[in-house]
Amino acid sequence: MSRETILEVRDLRTHFFTKAGVARAVDGVSFSLARGEVLGLVGESGSGKTVTGFSLMGLVDPPGRLVSGSIRLGNEELAGLLEEGWRRLRGRRIAMIFQDPMMTLNPVLRIDTQMIEAIRAHVDISRSAARERAREALARVGIPSPDERLSAYPHQFSGGMRQRVAIAIALLNEPDVIVADEPTTALDVTIQAQILYEVQKLCAETGLAMIWITHDLAVVGGLADRVAVMYAGRIVEQGPVDAVLDAPYHPYTHGLIGSVPSQNRRGTRLTQIPGMAPSLLALPEGCSFAARCPRADAACKVLPDLLELSAGRTARCHHPHGLVETTVGEDA
Amino acid sequence: MSVFILRRLLQSVLVIVAMAMIVFFGVHLVGDPVYMFITPDMDQQDIENVTRALGLDRPIWEQFWLFIVNALSGNLGQSFIFGEPALGLIIQRMPATLELAFAALLMAIVIGIPLGLYAGLYPDSVGAKTIMAGSILGFSLPTFWVGIMMIMVFAVMLGWLPSTGRGSTVDVFGIRVSFLTLDGLRHLALPALNLALLKISLVIRLTRAGAREAMLQDYIKFARAKGLSRSRIVGVHLMKNILIPVVTVLGLEFGSLIAFSVVTETIFAWPGMGKLLIESIQQLDRPIIVAYLMMIVFLFVVINLVVDILYSILDPRVRLGDRGQ
Repeated sequence: MSRETILEVRDLRTHFFTKAGVARAVDGVSFSLARGEVLGLVGESGSGKTVTGFSLMGLVDPPGRLVSGSIRLGNEELAGLLEEGWRRLRGRRIAMIFQDPMMTLNPVLRIDTQMIEAIRAHVDISRSAARERAREALARVGIPSPDERLSAYPHQFSGGMRQRVAIAIALLNEPDVIVADEPTTALDVTIQAQILYEVQKLCAETGLAMIWITHDLAVVGGLADRVAVMYAGRIVEQGPVDAVLDAPYHPYTHGLIGSVPSQNRRGTRLTQIPGMAPSLLALPEGCSFAARCPRADAACKVLPDLLELSAGRTARCHHPHGLVETTVGEDA
Repeated sequence: MSVFILRRLLQSVLVIVAMAMIVFFGVHLVGDPVYMFITPDMDQQDIENVTRALGLDRPIWEQFWLFIVNALSGNLGQSFIFGEPALGLIIQRMPATLELAFAALLMAIVIGIPLGLYAGLYPDSVGAKTIMAGSILGFSLPTFWVGIMMIMVFAVMLGWLPSTGRGSTVDVFGIRVSFLTLDGLRHLALPALNLALLKISLVIRLTRAGAREAMLQDYIKFARAKGLSRSRIVGVHLMKNILIPVVTVLGLEFGSLIAFSVVTETIFAWPGMGKLLIESIQQLDRPIIVAYLMMIVFLFVVINLVVDILYSILDPRVRLGDRGQ
């Protein structure tokens, strides 16, 4: 990790102030991202990964609010920006791709309209120059005959093609970071593989950094450089993707990997994590995974810190896998 | 597109023929207009002469046949009362009604859409709640009562605006219009607002519902993620999606604005078609009633066609669906 760090998130907290109480959707998330790096943000539904993504874009709507923490993009601090500041940033330095390509493009506007406006919101160039740039962006994400496709409407594209258009739109202003919120979940596997390939190529070629939010460990394994596992609003484990997937420290990561079907365990029952994710309105004291954890004991009543257990790998656990328990303190 | 229009035209012809039958036979059940012409000193022979002169002695099927044949050459019968072509009489009064209807439509758009948009974008604000409560009133208060109240308040008590007639008019291409003079505008204001009230409420509700639904869509969030300004998101991304239902409904409602301006025209003594219709019903002037209703049917058919075409311009998905067939 000698590459230049482009995004640095420190102790990010985004809470939702609802009538039923305060939901701590994101509660102290920290990570950093280098140029050209892909970070996989993994977790089950409701773990706060999407809210993390929206927080980075300044797109958290009331009753949600960024409570504290720091988001540094390059040399700029984003936390505390006003709406106009966020607007100037969005789509220019940090862009986002959404989950459902059928819903993200406005159905009544032509593709060129939706692309040109994205450029002209940030750069003062002529319509024809913007259109030319839009055409190049479409070509770059592998859309055939981009000239004709520019004048088409979203419903004239297939799901995979629409997601390519969305990626092309995200790329238009050559952002430093793209937040991709489960962008391939709604696509079939063949299209998914094609898009993952294109994205990897883009990151390698342009130095674009990416946060890939997903619950699909297979996608993360094939695409990401590093992975961060989220549970109940916190990152519980973080590290290089191969190391984490091969030998997870945190019992939750362990459980997630165990619940994925794989070739070499054919015929045996899949293991599952017992219980359900806790309600964000009533998080238990201490480790929020303790109630479902086979390794939990009295020590887990106290929230464990995110400790560096080996080079470049951190986990938030009192009893991590793969380490002799009594030596945890000394190893760290 | 042309196949689509052709198919719609064919359907329209069927609708008009069916309506012609219903209207023609329906009006014959209402009463015998001959008695409107009889004076106490007439004898039986005179009555038969009148009946024959009006063509009412022939069997009803024959009357209908004659009506259809004449209608095809643009003649919808002679008014019993005025002795002039019924259609001509109606068309004479049409500009006044159209002017009123357009003014009301304009008010519905200019007042309804911004208020509805505000109520949809800030649903929890006091302003939005006031607007929505107001729109319920607009829906539920009967037009005639509101009209009378408006005359009471603005014409009688405050004396700001005149209560009856068209005021001074200007001839434009041989058509008399009020809206080009200040006096005419002042005369137009109250009846137009009265007629528009229901439509304003309707547009407010449609726009609000559309805005609230669309604001939650991913494409709005995606537009924000692109860094677009709020005015562009609301003005283009949101508006174009809201306009689809609003245009559809307003188009259809425009027909009813014309057809049902009867009440408003009667209250404000606006010399339009609606007033003519009411007078004709009272005098059992069948040809005018039939001609009026036929014209309204024709109007609705044309408006529906225009709305469908407009709709396909607004919503590209409708266009494609047609091409696929």
